[in-house]
Amino acid sequence: MNAPALLFLRRLFRRKLVLLAALVLLAIVVVALAAPWVSPFDPGAMRVVRRLRPPSAEHWLGTDELGRDVLSRIIYGARASLGIGFSVVLASCLTGTLFGILAGYDRRLDGPIMRVVDALMALPDILLAIFLVAVLGASAGNVVLALAIVYTPRVVRVVRASTLVVRELPFVEAARALGVGTPRILTVHILLNVASPILIQATFIFAYAVLAEAGLSFLGAGVPPEIPTWGTMIASGQQYADRAFWTVLYPGLAIVLSALSLQILGDGLRDMLDPKLRKAL
Amino acid sequence: MTEPLLSIEDLEVRFRTEDGEVAPVTGVDVSVAPGETVALVGESGSGKSVSSLAVMGLLPRPAGRVAKGRILYRTKAGETIDLAQASPDRVRRLRGAEIAMIFQEPMTSLNPVLTAGEQIAESVRLHLRLDRRGALRRAQEMLELVEIPAAAKRLHDYPHQMSGGMRQRVMIALAMACNPRLLIADEPTTALDVTIQAQILALIDRLRRETGMGVLFITHNLGVVAEVADRVAVMYAGRIVETGPVGDLFRHPRHPYTAGLLDSLPARATRGPDGRRHVRSIPGSLGRAAAIRDACAFAPRCDRVREECRRTAPPLEAIGVDRAARCLFWREM
Amino acid sequence: MSNPILAVDGLTKRFGRPPAQVRAVEDVSFTVAPGEVVGLVGESGSGKSTIGRLALRLVDPTAGTILFDGQDVSTLPERRLTPLRRRAQMIFQDPYASLNPRLRVSGILGEALAAHGLARGRRRERMAELLDLVGLPPEHLDRFPHEFSGGQRQRIGIARALAVEPGLIVADEPVSALDVSVQAQVLNLLQDLRARLNLAMLFISHDLDVVELLCDRVVVLYLGRVMEIGPTAEVAARPRHPYTRALLAASPKADPDGARIARLLKGDIPSPIAPPSGCVFRTRCPLAVEACARDVPPMHEAGDGHRFACLRDASEMREAA
Repeated sequence: MNAPALLFLRRLFRRKLVLLAALVLLAIVVVALAAPWVSPFDPGAMRVVRRLRPPSAEHWLGTDELGRDVLSRIIYGARASLGIGFSVVLASCLTGTLFGILAGYDRRLDGPIMRVVDALMALPDILLAIFLVAVLGASAGNVVLALAIVYTPRVVRVVRASTLVVRELPFVEAARALGVGTPRILTVHILLNVASPILIQATFIFAYAVLAEAGLSFLGAGVPPEIPTWGTMIASGQQYADRAFWTVLYPGLAIVLSALSLQILGDGLRDMLDPKLRKAL
Repeated sequence: MTEPLLSIEDLEVRFRTEDGEVAPVTGVDVSVAPGETVALVGESGSGKSVSSLAVMGLLPRPAGRVAKGRILYRTKAGETIDLAQASPDRVRRLRGAEIAMIFQEPMTSLNPVLTAGEQIAESVRLHLRLDRRGALRRAQEMLELVEIPAAAKRLHDYPHQMSGGMRQRVMIALAMACNPRLLIADEPTTALDVTIQAQILALIDRLRRETGMGVLFITHNLGVVAEVADRVAVMYAGRIVETGPVGDLFRHPRHPYTAGLLDSLPARATRGPDGRRHVRSIPGSLGRAAAIRDACAFAPRCDRVREECRRTAPPLEAIGVDRAARCLFWREM
Repeated sequence: MSNPILAVDGLTKRFGRPPAQVRAVEDVSFTVAPGEVVGLVGESGSGKSTIGRLALRLVDPTAGTILFDGQDVSTLPERRLTPLRRRAQMIFQDPYASLNPRLRVSGILGEALAAHGLARGRRRERMAELLDLVGLPPEHLDRFPHEFSGGQRQRIGIARALAVEPGLIVADEPVSALDVSVQAQVLNLLQDLRARLNLAMLFISHDLDVVELLCDRVVVLYLGRVMEIGPTAEVAARPRHPYTRALLAASPKADPDGARIARLLKGDIPSPIAPPSGCVFRTRCPLAVEACARDVPPMHEAGDGHRFACLRDASEMREAA
């Protein structure tokens, strides 16, 4: 392993909270991936006689209004919620990076791209997302598409700003003086050197997307209720919240825990990847 | 010789870093008398700037601290205090009132949202207890003192409206506003063009002559040293390796590093057998020399190195009344 | 003299539009012969770095011609610049920012070779040769830039420039970010390389001592215009332009016996957005007369290719005074 990677690991282990957040996330992801093996019940199995049971030895986190096991649904819900979040991150970072680098490197494209970005960023995130889902139709895929459109402008801005700095550095000039082609300059010289801010943005967008999916589903403008996500669980449990708090509390906790961990990780990454922080502690 | 204003004795500064504790300064002995300019010369990583920050009580806290030694300062009132031991509050009051500092980059040292006049006025109101009108009048006098043309108008300019040379003049005005007895100048002309550098050097020199303040001038530029300094202290890897009056030291260096540094100057290039001019260079680089404790830190790069040099850390040995060198074999230089 | 490798004529570069237009370079003409080192000397705003970038067509000229190997490259589109990119290279001031931190040394040098399809099949061998040329061991090929000191990085930057076997190198303040002792090593390396490889160089510097050491001829610039041009030794010994004289006097000499604090130029360097009329130096010139404000002074011959742009001759003035 090379020295920067080692240094990074050492910094990670020095920051206990960030390390904890990373471990929590890792645990959630592992559980979500292993859902069929770790989940105690079938998340869709309804047993109306056991509806709205409080947490017990059999149902650790109780049952919902249709008698389904809350823990199992949270575990399967993690797949959907994190899957949607991850897809949003992937989509927004890929398109955002592409447009950000183009806007930052080529003056002619900068104006048009940034006007669109400004227009999108002028609208409140959640309203734009609701509008897009309403137009596109409520489905998991369309939620991903809508949220990707909402978060792409953030990535464009960050990447463009970093590109503007990096493209003025002498090593880019050296590559131009050597006659290195533009595609290679954009990837090897610019993309590789704006990767850290993209990674930081990705963690934050992950957190926002998990929250936004929950919000959309809660409002009924997101994933259809029959698919278990943390958002749909809260949406369907809310009318029983006074009698069966566990139907909303535990999926809510899952959302808070994963979003919080992602935000802490994002802040931590920002600190750790900051070159100014190299020496002083 | 008059009693020194500042005398640093056996200074050691330590920093905590992610890689454990480091000591960028391990052996600094320097004194400055009133009316005297002492140049602290060294390359990057030599510890010259850290030493000056230690004097000003400006080491980044809590990472940096004075681990050993004394920084004795004789106040206007005539008492001698150890700046390394004094309370931060005491040091802060001396700074600005008796000890002033100017830096390499005046843009970052000036407050961008205050005009030149406001910055100076703010400082003199604090230290000289003047009212607002008096402080502004004083500010204008100071700008005139540092030869800023149309000072009354310039009073209302913001730092970004000025050239680099003009900003450095404002920094100097700010430093001089409280009649300091000691001026610490950390690479004050490094960011400036040569014709502007010459103006600033002449200005600092004139102010020193007129006020009788002592100047500790930190620089990497030997040409600047030759122009401004009375005495020189050469630093390498956190230690003073040689001190002496400027003329004597430049003519007869007693430490191989000083000699090598002087020979590295392009102006001292000699014509080689190929007919082209070459400079004598010091091989290698500073590297981690600051960590060398029980040997001469310069030994890995020294062309006169002997076995003893790798076994013993040489002391700073006095040579006559006003010179010293940290070399076991200075007699052979 | 053989045909110049580089000849610029009437070179002009303006950035932006009026009223905030920066006049970076105005009507600059000079030549560089094969194997010759020409120094570009000046302070901030002198346009010396811009001239270097114009010569490599990293910046497009506003007016004037750039002849490289006799061919006019001043208006060629990028895709037709490949021969220039092979024959002319650049080395930079900042040893930290001039190497991509994400690439190993082998990646940095390999890119230079790949860009021109050089040393196919024996790239690693060729890269080791290049490192050897700049005094670094071949093991360093697998290291990242951050593992090197400033001087070593500068050597890697020089190796990258040499990879394409150029005839001309534009060196933009290549030693001014280095410590004196390391600076000497790099200067000696450049001195060796020019002799061994018959390199021509455009050597940009603010340090007159460095220029005197390395350059055959020197171009003294002020606010984008040529003040004086000629053989370095001649210009240093008998400067004819008052600005050159002031510059020489102001640069600190490491000689404690010499005159301290020289005669000073008054005032600041004017902004290149609004340079003075006539002679751009007149606002700070100790010899300025009314006529200096009217016309841009033409170049006067002082023999042996020594020329200066001044209505008054500084050397005569000195004798008169």
